[in-house]
Amino acid sequence: MADEPNVPASGTPAPKPAAKPAPPSVPPGLAGKTTSAAAAPRRPAAKKKVEDDTSPLLSRRGWIGLAWGSFTAASAAGLAATGRFMFPNVLNEPPQQFRIGFPDEYAPGVDERWKDRFGVWIVRTPSDMVQEAAGFYALLVTCTHLGCTPNWLSAEDKFKCPCHGSGFRPTGINFEGPAPRPLERARIVLAEDGQILVDKAQKFQFELGQWADPESFLRV
Amino acid sequence: MADTKTVAPKEGALERSWNWLTETQIWKSVFRHNAPITDRNRVLVVLSNVFLHLHPVRIRKSGVRLRYTWCMGGLSFFLFLTLTFTGVLLMFYYRPTLEYAYTDIVGLREHVPLGIMREMHRWGAHAMVITVWLHMFRVFMTGSYKPPREFNWNVGVIMLVLTLLLSFTGYLLPWDQLAIWAITVGSNMARATPFLGYEGPGASLLALGDVQLIHAADDARFALLGGTFVGEGALLRFYVLHCVGLPLAIAVLMAVHFWRVRKDGGISGPL
Ligand code: HEM
Ligand code: FES
Repeated sequence: MADEPNVPASGTPAPKPAAKPAPPSVPPGLAGKTTSAAAAPRRPAAKKKVEDDTSPLLSRRGWIGLAWGSFTAASAAGLAATGRFMFPNVLNEPPQQFRIGFPDEYAPGVDERWKDRFGVWIVRTPSDMVQEAAGFYALLVTCTHLGCTPNWLSAEDKFKCPCHGSGFRPTGINFEGPAPRPLERARIVLAEDGQILVDKAQKFQFELGQWADPESFLRV
Repeated sequence: MADTKTVAPKEGALERSWNWLTETQIWKSVFRHNAPITDRNRVLVVLSNVFLHLHPVRIRKSGVRLRYTWCMGGLSFFLFLTLTFTGVLLMFYYRPTLEYAYTDIVGLREHVPLGIMREMHRWGAHAMVITVWLHMFRVFMTGSYKPPREFNWNVGVIMLVLTLLLSFTGYLLPWDQLAIWAITVGSNMARATPFLGYEGPGASLLALGDVQLIHAADDARFALLGGTFVGEGALLRFYVLHCVGLPLAIAVLMAVHFWRVRKDGGISGPL
């Protein structure tokens, strides 16, 4: 901080600026510009500083404020960019929508062939509990407790979750363990080529009455 | 016999080389003070060493009494050092990909001499979680959380969370059934984060018209997993956090923690 006259580290204190004796000989208008040189010849730095301070564009304080402001803004932008970096634009995950063949390729009951690849069970039923018709529904293999994948136990006619023991009927209705609600069903329709099309992006929840939706069930 | 005492004993070769060594510039630049055998030199040695200066120069007698601290903070630190060391060793063999993660872990036991390093890392991790809890318990029971130590208590709380996160992220890396489903269950809780989890309270309020800002592919759980389920993105993210991000953060906080113990007047004493 060279702005203020410093007390020297050792020895006598710095001489006080000789403000009092000098002025009389100087015209008032020139005081600021000339006295310092005349009255305090040993501190030419003081003159320089006065000129800096009257910088036309922005005061010293203003510049520093601007610098800190831009620094803060740049840091905030950098932080936001870092956050955004963690969310990729392309995901290498299995498709949400897929064709699973023709209806006559499926026998009645729970079909596990797409479980690993697409995460659905295809169930063909002679009469659905909600739709009261024959047809297909696609159950998502995600346990409604905390998301493990249940196993289909055909001998016991139920889905059983290995994580905390939730059990589900072939309809998807939960009947034991901590799962609070039935398995979800995915949209299931016939594609133009006659194949069954499953779309996991659209889900139907029993407790919301959504199993009555025509797209939650494929009548055949 | 009597006059041999007045003659200075002749220096042996060993003594002479020792004297020469301790006079070299290299030696003196490393060891800046004389041996810490006087009080003054002890203080100087502690104060001029970057590691030692985190410690108090003097401590109360109770501070080294096992019955008072249980040495649980010290043990936590010791375990952290062990885990860092064994963890770096594991990194020489482990590849965080779906193809290799599981078999590399098996290989650590089967194909690597002293595969016990993996065991040490795992058991050490469990032990550290326990010692950190016990340390917190003793700090609480001795009332050491009270001013002026309340700041350090909070540093401790953050380190407890970091310890648990280290444990959580490390748990996924073996990529076995236990790991995948434990992380599935654990990360599904993040779905319920207020505002930032897509099933959390308030998340449905964050919408522009009928476009939901928070959904399964951009919420807190997604940021954690790098995907919408526990897959390769999650394995890689957990690996980076486990091996770099979290250890760095906790190491910095440990330095602050020890420094604060010193600045708050050393380990507290019994009332
Ligand atoms: C991450 C692991 C941690 C390590 C390595 C650690 C290490 C230490 C060490 C070595 C001490 C010196 C006294 C002693 O050993 O008991 C200490 C003191 C202390 N720790 Fe921790 N600590 C950790 C976590 C915590 C946690 C979770 C809390 C509380 C929430 C905490 C709060 C404190 C406080 C308040 C002191 C001062 C106690 C006193 O002065 O008596 N620390 N810590
Ligand atoms: S996740 Fe299925 S029972 Fe808990």
